[in-house]
Amino acid sequence: MTTFADDCTATTPAAGPDDSGHFGRFGGRFMPEALIGPLDELEEAWQSAMADEAFCQQLDRMLREYAGVPSLLYDAKRLSAAAGAHILLKREDLNHTGAHKIRNVLGQALLTKRMGKTRVIAETGAGQHGVATATACAYLDLDCVVYMGEVDIERQALNVARMRVLGAEVVPVTTGSRTLKDAINEALRDWVTRVDDTHYLLGTAAGAHPFPAMVRDFTRGIGDEAREQVLTLTGRLPDAVSACVGGGSNAIGIFTAFVPDPSVRLYGFEAGGDGVETGRHAATITGGEVGVLHGARSFLLQDEDGQTVESHSISAGLDYPGVGPEHSWLAETGRATYRPVTDAEAMKAFALLSRTEGIIPAIESAHAIAGALEVAVDLGPDAVILVNLSGRGDKDMHTAAQYFGVAEAGPDLHADQPDAIS
Amino acid sequence: MSVGAALARTRAEGRAALIGYLPAGFPTVEASIAALHAMVAAGVDVVEVGLPYSDPVMDGPTIQRATERALAGGARTTDTFRVVEAVAETGVPTLVMTYWNPVERFGVHQFAGRIAEAGGAGLITPDLIPDEAADWVAASDEHDLDRVFLVAPSSTQQRIESTVAACRGFVYATAVMGVTGARDATSTDAPTLVERTRVSADAAGLPVGVGLGVSNGAQAAEIGAFADAVIVGSAFVRRLLDAGADHDAGTAAVAELTADLVSGVRGPARAPA
Repeated sequence: MTTFADDCTATTPAAGPDDSGHFGRFGGRFMPEALIGPLDELEEAWQSAMADEAFCQQLDRMLREYAGVPSLLYDAKRLSAAAGAHILLKREDLNHTGAHKIRNVLGQALLTKRMGKTRVIAETGAGQHGVATATACAYLDLDCVVYMGEVDIERQALNVARMRVLGAEVVPVTTGSRTLKDAINEALRDWVTRVDDTHYLLGTAAGAHPFPAMVRDFTRGIGDEAREQVLTLTGRLPDAVSACVGGGSNAIGIFTAFVPDPSVRLYGFEAGGDGVETGRHAATITGGEVGVLHGARSFLLQDEDGQTVESHSISAGLDYPGVGPEHSWLAETGRATYRPVTDAEAMKAFALLSRTEGIIPAIESAHAIAGALEVAVDLGPDAVILVNLSGRGDKDMHTAAQYFGVAEAGPDLHADQPDAIS
Repeated sequence: MSVGAALARTRAEGRAALIGYLPAGFPTVEASIAALHAMVAAGVDVVEVGLPYSDPVMDGPTIQRATERALAGGARTTDTFRVVEAVAETGVPTLVMTYWNPVERFGVHQFAGRIAEAGGAGLITPDLIPDEAADWVAASDEHDLDRVFLVAPSSTQQRIESTVAACRGFVYATAVMGVTGARDATSTDAPTLVERTRVSADAAGLPVGVGLGVSNGAQAAEIGAFADAVIVGSAFVRRLLDAGADHDAGTAAVAELTADLVSGVRGPARAPA
């Protein structure tokens, strides 16, 4: 199995970003000058760490011994039968903390130590990245402060408790829409005030350079492992790879290894919410326009004056009005295809995977499952489709119970959603 | 009058200029115009009109609150042009302080054209660094507008040089590593940053303004002793916030603060440069 250490000196992908962080016309650095120095420092530290075998081996060891990496590739036979194509699941839901995010946070937390910084700040929407960051900080003995919108704190009380148990300070954000984008704003304000001892551990492959490339490189192990696992299992490359896209870290993590393989179709599934046509969605590439937010040029949801518009999704982890710049570039160059999956489609796939395989996915990942079902129809029964099952669904049980109208008596999916499981 | 001319005049008078900021549309478009007119009447040398934006990462709670309310009240990009026009009519050079996305969304050349039409002097762009500013440099050249970029205590000497080289009007030195907001003590980083900036700014004939944290005449005098311009924002916004629905009281408080700051920058006279 390819390890992080094997790959880590060869992290420059086939293309992009350029030296100043641009993927075509996307990416870059749209940041206050005060943060350019810290971004340069981070870039330099990251490059030097990736060229340092000792760092890579230490991270590799942490991922194996602590996080449960490499994750399994699972041949989902009953789901395949239901889908009408051969579906393989990359089980990132089995990682420590229950999602792919542990890869990025361990990488950046170790980098924080290497930079001699003692304090980590992070933003979180649903709380998953906050929990992962708090975990890494406990593990590596770093102070941890997590910014979280006041609205999200009310919606995600359990994750707030988790972060506090792990020793993190959770700071409510009361400005703007009091959700994820405002938590990012507040984390940036903290960072500019305390750059000397603080690393901003951004949770997705977005933001100013070097974050998109760095987060990609810390998560690309997903695809590196899966490529080898699929070859071992099937003797060939998959025909398609499916991942959900919010900011885009799990998607870029699984796509990167396959970008140079022209036969492999790459699909990113965005949160279509109530439907892109309703305006209530988080499908940034499908329904947004090019602009600048949180340090990079990319697609984003904005009004005609360039004010950021609030996104909507049943999945808190995809509920973000921006997207990582590399995805915008992969979309524009046609290398990857981005399509919306509505809340209803995602929840149908959520139920289907639960009932056919005994795996309850995160609602985020259910978007990738729903998308794979569509791709299966397009590509037919001989197709091998690799799906990034980026997280587990424990955190979503409250949402699912509400959605399906599940009372204490237990789920009656057929009654409330007649076609939930076909 | 251009910003450069205004700052040359204050320099000849042996004092620093006072640059005052208020966002367009807070508490209303008309009230923001009234407050800025009061600022001009009380002797401000240059005005910055803020364009309210949904994600103001450089701003502390005071300016955030005001711009949020402006947006909630329906403030549009075109309202900012209206405020610029009303202020520029007084003859005081008027810059727009704006985050980048609203400009890009409007169209960089179109935005520059509208600023020029309104009699505006140019833009201050807190989240646009010269490295990303090719379109704006071209548009500001075409419309003969000032372009004010920022330098910070964390900037390397090399970055200060390249930023100064891209500026027109003045160079904005952010005195502290932090966000906008009034502070009790002035920054100890500021004199060093101004000195580092002057290395290339003097050669380019560009004045250096210092912003972030100044809230009263005494602080203005302190900063004015080593900077060419003292930039005050949050303290003005605070006056309008405190006045609440009583817009006249807000305007009067802005005038009063302006007078205090003006006496600060006019205070201990420097030798004319």
